[in-house]
Amino acid sequence: MMRSRFQQEMEVLREKLLRMGGLAEQAVDRACQAYTERDLARCQMVLENESLINAAEREIDELAFDILATQQPAAVDLRFILAVTKINSDLERVGDQAVNIAERVMDLIELPIAELPVDIARMATAVGAMVRRSLESFVEAKAELAQAVLEMDHVVDRMRDEAFIMLVRKMNEQPQVTQQALDALLVARNLERVADHATNIAEDVIFWVRGFDVRHHAQAIAAAQVPPNPEP
Amino acid sequence: MGVGITVEHLNAYYGKTQALFDINISVLANHATALIGPSGCGKSTFIRCLNRMHETIPEARVDGSVRIGDFSVYNGSSATQLRRRVGMVFQKANPFPTMSIYDNVAAGLKLNGFRNRKQLNEIVEKSLSRAALWDEVKDSLHKKSGAGLSGGQQQRLCIARALAVQPEVLLMDEPCSALDPISTGKIEELIFQLKEQYTIVIVTHNMQQAARVAEFTGFFLLGKMIEFDKTEKIFTNPSDKRTEDYVTGRFG
Repeated sequence: MMRSRFQQEMEVLREKLLRMGGLAEQAVDRACQAYTERDLARCQMVLENESLINAAEREIDELAFDILATQQPAAVDLRFILAVTKINSDLERVGDQAVNIAERVMDLIELPIAELPVDIARMATAVGAMVRRSLESFVEAKAELAQAVLEMDHVVDRMRDEAFIMLVRKMNEQPQVTQQALDALLVARNLERVADHATNIAEDVIFWVRGFDVRHHAQAIAAAQVPPNPEP
Repeated sequence: MGVGITVEHLNAYYGKTQALFDINISVLANHATALIGPSGCGKSTFIRCLNRMHETIPEARVDGSVRIGDFSVYNGSSATQLRRRVGMVFQKANPFPTMSIYDNVAAGLKLNGFRNRKQLNEIVEKSLSRAALWDEVKDSLHKKSGAGLSGGQQQRLCIARALAVQPEVLLMDEPCSALDPISTGKIEELIFQLKEQYTIVIVTHNMQQAARVAEFTGFFLLGKMIEFDKTEKIFTNPSDKRTEDYVTGRFG
């Protein structure tokens, strides 16, 4: 006997999370476009849409909580709900990072344009791809796609490190653009945080699909340990 | 103290119909092991093979090996000897209706010729205490019959009766299926405490109950043991797709 009501609720949960993912992804895209185009209107849109993301987060948590309380899911279903609640939280944080970027852009727009040695657009493309792929891995329940996201995280980390070095140098060389350089540095850091959230999402998808925890290299640590008490 | 149970190549039949197929399992001493599976999967047949109740059914037979500790169940030993070591609690509480609470608990010992009144009193109190029933019945031990207790109390009385003969293993066949959540909670708490002294095998249709009380869980399907593993593995990430489909409610 299929638990049809349960399956329907799980499907609703999945759809709600996907909508939330769409909102978060859109927020980051808009914030990055606002940066490259110095577009105040887009910044405003990001700020206004934050409340939608926050509302979606609460809705998803409530539904997940209801399903846990009333359906007592097990195995892959339990892992799915745990993954959804964690992804939900990460997506909300992605929305927050987009707001942070938009606020930095609003600050930058007020300042004179400065030539900065950092390619935020390139970094935004990489981070956007990570967010998209992590959500695709969720939609398609594909751990391989999620694994690819984990590997991209190092690339974005490197971009952030390079941006940091170059922008600090710029501040030293041209103190008059320190504010602009600082804003750009914070945007790079916000983007790197978005990449971290995409990585978390990918790890949660792997946990849901494959049933093991890959956070903090847990897999390698577990493999290195002698297995505990063997089967009876 | 409890002892381990080792089952090797166990097959059980009802006439020409085979109900269990080559079951192999090692149950750890002083642990609770739950058996789950859809109706008719063989889990109750299996548990009844552990104390030779299966063979009480006409034309039913068993082959293979079952050892309770160092005691070979199907190798010439008597069922009476075996059942002193293996207590059983059934789905429906079945106290002796005309006996007092005291006599219900003491019945097994008296049947075995135990007559020392002082020791009997001690064992009855100890058994009722272990079954978490003593405080509720201590003032009516001789006045009240077993049938006069509530359903949950009757089931705990049956557990006390099983414990009185000081078994090493306690088999429980859906012991809570007729009980309300409060009584179920008491029995589950009891199972948790009893496994310090006994090895417990529990058949249950309630998967949350298996998850709550047992360290190990076996999943039966169509007379076969599909998967046997730590309970948390069975309920979070089972190895076999059929187990996963069952614990997630996709069939059964």
